[in-house]
Amino acid sequence: MNNILEVSNLSKEYKDFKLKNINFSLEKGYIMGFIGPNGAGKSTTIKLMMNLVNKDAGEIKVFGLDYLQDEKKIKSRIGFVYDESHYYEELTVEKNKKIIAPFYRHWDENTFQEYLNRFDIDPKKKVKQLSKGTKMKFSLAVALSHKADLIIMDEPTSGLDPIFRREILDILYSIIQDETKSIFFSTHITTDLDKVADYITFIDNGSIVFSKSKDEILDNYGLVKGGLDLLNDKTKDFFLGLRKNAFGFEGLAGNIHEVRKAFNNNIIIEKPTLEDIMVYTVRGR
Amino acid sequence: MKILISNASEQPIYEQIVDQIKALILRNELPEGESLPSIRKLAQELQISVITTKRAYEELEREGFIETVRGKGSFIAPQNRELLKEKKLKIIEEKLIEVVEESRLLDLTFEEILEMLKILYDEGHF
Repeated sequence: MNNILEVSNLSKEYKDFKLKNINFSLEKGYIMGFIGPNGAGKSTTIKLMMNLVNKDAGEIKVFGLDYLQDEKKIKSRIGFVYDESHYYEELTVEKNKKIIAPFYRHWDENTFQEYLNRFDIDPKKKVKQLSKGTKMKFSLAVALSHKADLIIMDEPTSGLDPIFRREILDILYSIIQDETKSIFFSTHITTDLDKVADYITFIDNGSIVFSKSKDEILDNYGLVKGGLDLLNDKTKDFFLGLRKNAFGFEGLAGNIHEVRKAFNNNIIIEKPTLEDIMVYTVRGR
Repeated sequence: MKILISNASEQPIYEQIVDQIKALILRNELPEGESLPSIRKLAQELQISVITTKRAYEELEREGFIETVRGKGSFIAPQNRELLKEKKLKIIEEKLIEVVEESRLLDLTFEEILEMLKILYDEGHF
């Protein structure tokens, strides 16, 4: 059993939003980025995975166990970090820890102290005095101190500056040096993922657009630029998203090898960023 | 061991790693038996994904340049330097054939080609 996380046919309907038939899985030892625009269903999916809201249909398996039947077992092995602080703001870091630690069977005090040190967190400070970034690091320190095998993070880098975000990425790299650990994180800041993610799951309007390895995506997708004379009803079908201006077009193609064959050397092909892929796909043709 | 990755390059990152490690082996900067960093360490150092480094190592393994021992890591495989050199010689030969063919089109003599080659070689451009 190498899948640490398996979501199949997951659905949830709200009055004004529908999560439709979500499928993806994550192997042990890898990082998956969960991307999509605001309101696409990222947080809803994560809330379902954490059993904070009830599903309508589908299955969620974590460590090969059913997330409802073995909820306790599973949760002691998950480190959950989300964008808002869920600690007691008026209490110090140390006091917060004293409250939290007993909930975890595998709490490791030494590891916790090490991370406080490494992340430069003052245990005597009240949580409300910590910067947003430091709160985030505190959450991570807690997650890492109960020997979590799966770290789930909801928008961990939103609202943080680039230097801090890079620091978080370094921490993520050091976590997966241990090949039994996996990380799942949602974000709309895709530049964070261009580097670190092994797999990308892209959700838009409640449906999964794709869930693939990042290399496979970047091998096949391309940003194509060319003259307007090249566009006709047939060639238009190559593009998932297209933007025309007075001098030419720019489009995102999902099968770059075919496009190259069809247009020969009359076009420019560039490597897209995940942001390009997200923007063009959401905006469409 | 020096590996430089360009994000702007058209060449996929895993291929950049493969090519650079091959070059290091050819120049004997990575001798037989030398251990390579783990795929996870390499990913961390180069700030790329684990899948990418894994793919690079798998490719090198498939072509016989490295060997991976479970639980111990990856090592430079024996014997391949000669083979690699032969392959490179073959490439040089093919390019020289191209030079000869192109030169014939321009009616260049052998001496003239040789003279050109001599200048280029001495200048050490490459």
